[in-house]
Amino acid sequence: MSETVMSLHVGLYHFLIVSAILFSLGIYGVITRKNAIMVLMGIELILNSANINFIAFARFGLMNLTGQVVALFVIILAAAEAAVLLAIVLNIFQQLNTVNVDEVDKLKN
Amino acid sequence: MSPIVQMDPFGKSTLINLAMAVLFLPLAGFVLLIFFGKKIPRQDLLETGILFAALALSIYIMVQKVFFLTVPKIDFTFRWIDLGSVIGGQSIPIDLGIAIDNITAIMLVVVTLISALVHLFSLGYMHDDIRYSRYYAYLGFFSFSMLGIVLANNLLMMYVFWELVGISSYLLIGHWYEKKSASDAGKKAFIVNRVGDVGFFIGIMIVYTSLHTFLFSGIFSGIANGQLSGTLLTVAGILIFCGAVGKSAQFPLHVWLPDAMEGPTPVSALIHAATMVAAGVYLVARVYPMLTAEALTVIAYIGAITAFISATIAITQNDIKKVLAYSTISQLGYMVMALGVGAFSAGFFHLVTHAAFKAGLFLGSGSVIYAMHHEQDMRQMGGLRRKMPITYWSFVIFSLSIAGIPFTSGFLSKDSILAGTLAYGMLTGNYLIPIIGYAVVFLTATYMFRLIIMTFHGEPKDHHKFEHAKESPAVMTIPLVVLAALSLFVFYSFNPFNPDKGWFLQAVVKPESVVPVAQRYGWDQVEEPQAANTVAANLAAAPATRIPTSSQVYEEALEKIHYSGLALSLTLALLGIFSAFLIYQWKKIDAEKLKQSVKPVYTFLLNKWYFDELYNATVVGGTILVSKIFSWFDSKIIDGIVNGAASLARVWSALSGKFDNYAVDGLVNFSAWFTGLLGSGIRKTQTGKVQTYIVFALLGVIIIFFAFRSF
Repeated sequence: MSETVMSLHVGLYHFLIVSAILFSLGIYGVITRKNAIMVLMGIELILNSANINFIAFARFGLMNLTGQVVALFVIILAAAEAAVLLAIVLNIFQQLNTVNVDEVDKLKN
Repeated sequence: MSPIVQMDPFGKSTLINLAMAVLFLPLAGFVLLIFFGKKIPRQDLLETGILFAALALSIYIMVQKVFFLTVPKIDFTFRWIDLGSVIGGQSIPIDLGIAIDNITAIMLVVVTLISALVHLFSLGYMHDDIRYSRYYAYLGFFSFSMLGIVLANNLLMMYVFWELVGISSYLLIGHWYEKKSASDAGKKAFIVNRVGDVGFFIGIMIVYTSLHTFLFSGIFSGIANGQLSGTLLTVAGILIFCGAVGKSAQFPLHVWLPDAMEGPTPVSALIHAATMVAAGVYLVARVYPMLTAEALTVIAYIGAITAFISATIAITQNDIKKVLAYSTISQLGYMVMALGVGAFSAGFFHLVTHAAFKAGLFLGSGSVIYAMHHEQDMRQMGGLRRKMPITYWSFVIFSLSIAGIPFTSGFLSKDSILAGTLAYGMLTGNYLIPIIGYAVVFLTATYMFRLIIMTFHGEPKDHHKFEHAKESPAVMTIPLVVLAALSLFVFYSFNPFNPDKGWFLQAVVKPESVVPVAQRYGWDQVEEPQAANTVAANLAAAPATRIPTSSQVYEEALEKIHYSGLALSLTLALLGIFSAFLIYQWKKIDAEKLKQSVKPVYTFLLNKWYFDELYNATVVGGTILVSKIFSWFDSKIIDGIVNGAASLARVWSALSGKFDNYAVDGLVNFSAWFTGLLGSGIRKTQTGKVQTYIVFALLGVIIIFFAFRSF
């Protein structure tokens, strides 16, 4: 492994590390942000980190095109999900005049 | 055990099938009327037609059986239930079936004939009744039940149909149940009959436990084999006779029949004069071979007492139907007495002739009541002779017949009975029975002509009703004419003075007794040497060679007294008619003065020997007393026990409640509190914020990652 690093050859582990960093950032965003839009963006980061993993494994593993196909699906789902979530957030904002997820607790109590 | 089905080439099975048809036709009519009565136009004609069809079939059966078939009895038996084996390995099946012998065949015609004529009569009498189709339905149901009694060849079916006629009688007595007296009379009839039926039932059970069969043939052969004898046989006979006491209104259970006159008059004619009340007599005739001398003596005395008591009551009554009711009881007493003294054929003969003329009398009284707009008190009548000639003349024929005047059927049958009682009195020394028999002849003639004179002769008392009275329509007079014709001698014997050679008494033969020889009447003990396996038979065997046979002794005794007895009864009957004319027609003797001179006796008779009062005071009062005692027992003792149990349960439940409240609830509350404590600790982790959960989930994933990491 050290050899690969040494020769600056970009291998599976690089992708995985990037993906892990991206995932951690996404989780961090989801956990710490109060703004629903920011939480949404965190989720997008998580999804994209998973995409990187898929493609990395597809490239370095022996998985033919399956990884790429799944990634494409994820992208499509993410787009759809973003659209739905944005619509929900817009509605919440219209109803409650806030996008702070901590204040949206109407189902509680 | 008799074979299950007896088939033969003589057309007997055809007769059995026809008899079945006669039995079930009225039932079919009943079912149609009860379920589809509203949809059938002219339900009355349907039922009447059915009965006339049954009558035609019955006449065919009777002619075939009595005049052409040589076998004494056609039997159709089937196995109803097999109860398996009892201890001792013997199997006890219950066989049922129907049988036709001469008595049955004649009874079939009697029942269907009277029933058909009563149906016809009711077309006029009941035509504006509120429950017209129901009335006809019940009449059909009654006919079915009565025919069932007649056809049954076993005690079980007989008992079932016995109860069915009881219920149809109850329903028809209470036909106008809006009237309290009618519904009360129905209940009284039913309950008084129950008393007799309990005895009947016990009698059947005695027979069944001893002989394991209900079939008459099986019972008789079992008794002939000595399987049931001695006192138990006598007791069984008397208990079975109890059923007849109830149904045939014999003393001491005769009180229901006069009250039963609350029913419509045609019903009284059919059920309470001609057929159902004769069922008791028919029952005694059916079981006649198994009756011992003691039982027969009891029967004879019961019959004689009944005949006398009710004849004396009939003289004082003023309700036209009450007079006839007591007359019926009296004549039934005659029949029972005849059977008791051994004049079997005469008793049955009287049953048949009485059915015709008494049904006629009741239908005649119905015609009178109809004309008088439901007035039944004879003191309000009078002079109806000119207004209702057909009713009047048929009534006269019936009355002559019941009084026993020559050229009528009643003369023939009554005289046979009286001759029988005389022979019995001479052979056994019981002279009380013939004396009562002859006294009743006088009384019968008197009260019948008192009735005729008060109703039809003299001046009308109630002019308003008299003006409106007119002869009844043809549907009501035709039955009267038919019955009046049947009250003449010619239908039963061509010799108007001696019926012995007539077809009837030739057809109705006294059955051989099957009881042990020692238990028969004295003159009857010298036959059948083959039954010589008892001590008594051995005693009887020695003189058997010298003494003439039983029937000869009896016949000789009969022969000796027949004509003197005949003269005596005729004299008494004429005397009775004469005295009735003397008092009520010509008024030579003032009836009121006569009443005053024997006032205590008159009051006693007018109040029917105080039987109702006696029973009210003893039986009814006793029942009420017992029920009060039980009610006290119930409210104090039983309720006390129940209440005590309840308070005990309450104390116990209070204690267990305390235990529940403190011990069990404490435990439950503690566990709840403890759970709550835990919960409040753990609740801190549940912030309700998604982010927190994600942190936890992440931590969990990291922990799992390290836990399952492969080193």
